[in-house]
Amino acid sequence: MTGAQAMIKALEMEGVDTIFGLPGGAILPTFDALYDSKQIKFILVRHEQGASHMADGYGRATGKPGVCLVTSGPAATNTVTGLATAFMDSAPMVCITGQVATTAIGSDAFQEADVCGITRPVTKHNYLIRDVRDIVRTVREAFYIARTGRPGPVLIDFPVNISRQTVEFEWPEEVHIRGYEIPSKGDKAQIQKAAELIKDSKRPVLYVGGGAVGSGANKEIFDFVEKTGIPITTTVLGLGIFPEDHPDSLRMLGMHGTVYANYSVQRSDLLIAVGARFDDRVTGNIEKFCPHAKIIHIDIDPASISKTVKVDVSIVGDVRHVMKDLNKIVSDKRQDITAWTDQIAEWKKKHPLKYKDSGDVIRQEYAIAKIGEVTKHKAVVTTGVGQHQMWAAQWYKFKAPRSMLTSGGLGTMGYGLPAAIGAQLGRPKETVVCIDGDGSVQMTICELTTAAYYKIPVKLFIMDNEYHGMVRQWQQLFYNNRLSGSVLGPSNPDFLKLAESHGVKALRCDKKDDVVPTIQKALEHDGPVLVHMVVAKEDNVYPMVPSGHALDQVMDMA
Amino acid sequence: MKHIISALVENHSGVLARVSGLISGRGFNIDSLAVGETQDPDVSRMTIVTTGDDRVVEQIIKQLGKLIDVIKVVDISEDEIIDRELVLAKISANPATRNDIMQIVNTFRAKVVDVNPKSLTIEVTGSESKVDAMLELLLPFGILEVVRTGLVAISRRAELAAPEKITAKTTRFSAGDEKPKAGKEKKKAAAGKKAIGDDWY
Repeated sequence: MTGAQAMIKALEMEGVDTIFGLPGGAILPTFDALYDSKQIKFILVRHEQGASHMADGYGRATGKPGVCLVTSGPAATNTVTGLATAFMDSAPMVCITGQVATTAIGSDAFQEADVCGITRPVTKHNYLIRDVRDIVRTVREAFYIARTGRPGPVLIDFPVNISRQTVEFEWPEEVHIRGYEIPSKGDKAQIQKAAELIKDSKRPVLYVGGGAVGSGANKEIFDFVEKTGIPITTTVLGLGIFPEDHPDSLRMLGMHGTVYANYSVQRSDLLIAVGARFDDRVTGNIEKFCPHAKIIHIDIDPASISKTVKVDVSIVGDVRHVMKDLNKIVSDKRQDITAWTDQIAEWKKKHPLKYKDSGDVIRQEYAIAKIGEVTKHKAVVTTGVGQHQMWAAQWYKFKAPRSMLTSGGLGTMGYGLPAAIGAQLGRPKETVVCIDGDGSVQMTICELTTAAYYKIPVKLFIMDNEYHGMVRQWQQLFYNNRLSGSVLGPSNPDFLKLAESHGVKALRCDKKDDVVPTIQKALEHDGPVLVHMVVAKEDNVYPMVPSGHALDQVMDMA
Repeated sequence: MKHIISALVENHSGVLARVSGLISGRGFNIDSLAVGETQDPDVSRMTIVTTGDDRVVEQIIKQLGKLIDVIKVVDISEDEIIDRELVLAKISANPATRNDIMQIVNTFRAKVVDVNPKSLTIEVTGSESKVDAMLELLLPFGILEVVRTGLVAISRRAELAAPEKITAKTTRFSAGDEKPKAGKEKKKAAAGKKAIGDDWY
C-alpha cells in the first residue's frame, strides 16, 4: 500500500473514529486514502485552528487523543495555537501535518514551513517522517506518547513524497522508547512520609489540579476526602474532580477563587498538591504563598516538582495510583481538625460567592448558575477566556470530571466553540454547552458552519457585554478606566443573523425572567443553537486577587 | 556554582535543536555544550556546562529528562571526573618573543602546531583551569584568535549507559486486510524508485 494508506490504516488500528481537518496540496494523498476509510468520520473545519481545538476538546472529553489532519505551511502554522493550548493543559492530541517532499525541504518551497522547528516548544514530542517504513511505528509512538505519562500533543510532519511511496504494512506489537519512562506507582517511603505529615497536621488543605482529572482519580480523591475530612480546593482545570456542592469543597482557589479557599490555603499548615503545578494565577505572589505550610506534591511530571515552590515531600507517580496507596495508609488517629473546619465554615458564611442581582438586567453569574441548574450540573461545559470563563468556573457548580473544558494555562480566547464541537463528537449522547464571551467567540466563530453542517448539537451561549470584559475590568481597576482597545459594542455583528446565515437556530435573551425559558428552549432543540444573551455591561469578576498580591489580599464585592 | 551535565541522546537530526531550544526557551544559561557520537553510533553524548543555583540545575536536568530523545541525563559535578577541553590559540609572535612563548607552551605540555613569521598556533588540552592559566600567561604577547571545544568529561567510576534499543515485533498484514485500492499501486515502482510526480503536488 502507499504511505498515505499506511498512515490511515495505522490511525484505524489506533482506534481513531474521528478526524478534524482541512485538506491541501501536501496532504492530498493522505486525504485520498482517508476517503476509503469506513471507520473514521472526517469533520471538515473552516480554519485549522478550529481543527486543533476540536481535537483537544475531543481528547479532554474522552481521555483518548483527538486527531487533526491538515496540510503543510500555513495550515500547519494555524494549528500552533491549538498545540500550545493542549500542551499547557496536558491534553492528549495527535496532529498530522503535510510537508513538502523531502527533496524540497529547506528550499523555501511553496507552502513550506519548518513545522517541527516551529512546534518543538509547544508539543510533547514531534516527528518528521523521512522513510516510508517509519510511518506505522511513528503513529504508534505518537499515540503512546500523547496519552501516557503527562499527556500532551504530538505532531507528525508527513512529507508528500513519502506518502506516495509504497510499503508493506507492519504493525508493531508494542512500543519501546528508551528515552521515555512513565512513572506509575509512587515511592512507598515518600507516601509514608506524606501520611505522617497528614497525621500531624492541624490545618490541612487538599489542592487538586488537572492532573487528577487526566489520571481519572476522582474516586480516589473522593475517598480521601471522605476518609480524612480534609477540605479540598481545585484549580480551574481541576473543576469537576470533586462535587462542588459537597460540604468539604472549598471550590476554586486563585486569582478569582473563593475567599474561603484562598484564606484556607494561606492559613494552612499542610498543603497537599495533587496533579497541580502552582501556576501564578493560583499562587498569587509566590513569595507570600502558603507561608505556614509544609507542602506535599504528588505529580506525574518530576519537572513540575519544586519548579516554582519548594516542597517538603514529593511523590512522582500517577495520581490515581498514589492516592489509592495513600488512602490505604492514611491514619485514623489523626490530629483533630474540627477547629480548622469550623474556622473554614465561618469564612464560608462570611465570604460567600455573591453578585449584584437587581432589576431586569441579566447578570452573567445568574445566567451561568441557571445553565448549571437546568443541565443539572452534568453537561460538558467549554468556555472561551475572560470574565465569562471565570464566572463559569465560579457559578456552574461542577460535579463530574471531564465536564469543564477550558484553556487554563495558555488562556486561548476562541477555544470554547471548537472544543465544544470536539467534545460533542467524543461524547455524542451528552449535553455539551459552550459558555463564551462576545469577544472570545468571534475568534473562531467560523466553526458555527461546521456545527451546522454536521448537525453537531452544541449549545452556544454568548454572554454579550459589548466589551473584552476582563481587559475592561483591568483597565477600570488599574489603568484609570482608559478603555484602550477593549470596546466591542459598536463593531459586534448581529449574532442572531450570523447564526441564521450559518443555518443555526438562534435565540435572543435580554431579560432576567427569560433566562430559564431560553435555556430550556435551547436544550430542547435537537441541533446546534446560538443563544445571544445580552448581559450587564460593566460588571467585574470578584473576588479578585490583583496580580502580585498574596492570596489573602482579596478585593471582594462590597 | 558550576555544574557539568552529561547526557546520552539519540543520534539523529534535530536533537541538538531540541536540547538548545529547551535551554534557551526556559531561560537557562549555559557556558558550553559539546556533542559527539559514542561507541554506539545510535547514541551521542552531550556535555553541558552551566552556572546556576541547585534549583536551576535541577530544573535543567528534569526538563532535559522529559525530552523523548534524551535517553539519560545526570549531573556529574559531584562525581570524581576527568574533564578536558581542547583549545587552539593563535599568538602574536616575532623572533624576539618566540622563545618565551615556547617556554610557556612546554611548561603546560601544549604543542605548537603552526609557525608563521608573525604568529604561533598552539594546541592545548586540559582542564578548564589549566587552559585559562596558560592563556593568561600568553595574554601579554597578544592573543589573535582562540577556538575552544567546550568541556568534555567522563566519570572515573560509573559508566553512563543507554539501555539497548528494542525493536518491537511486528505483524504483517496480508493483502486481504488491505483496502480495496491496494491492487492499484502494485503497478507503481517498489519503494525507493521514484514514481512520476513524486516531488510535486
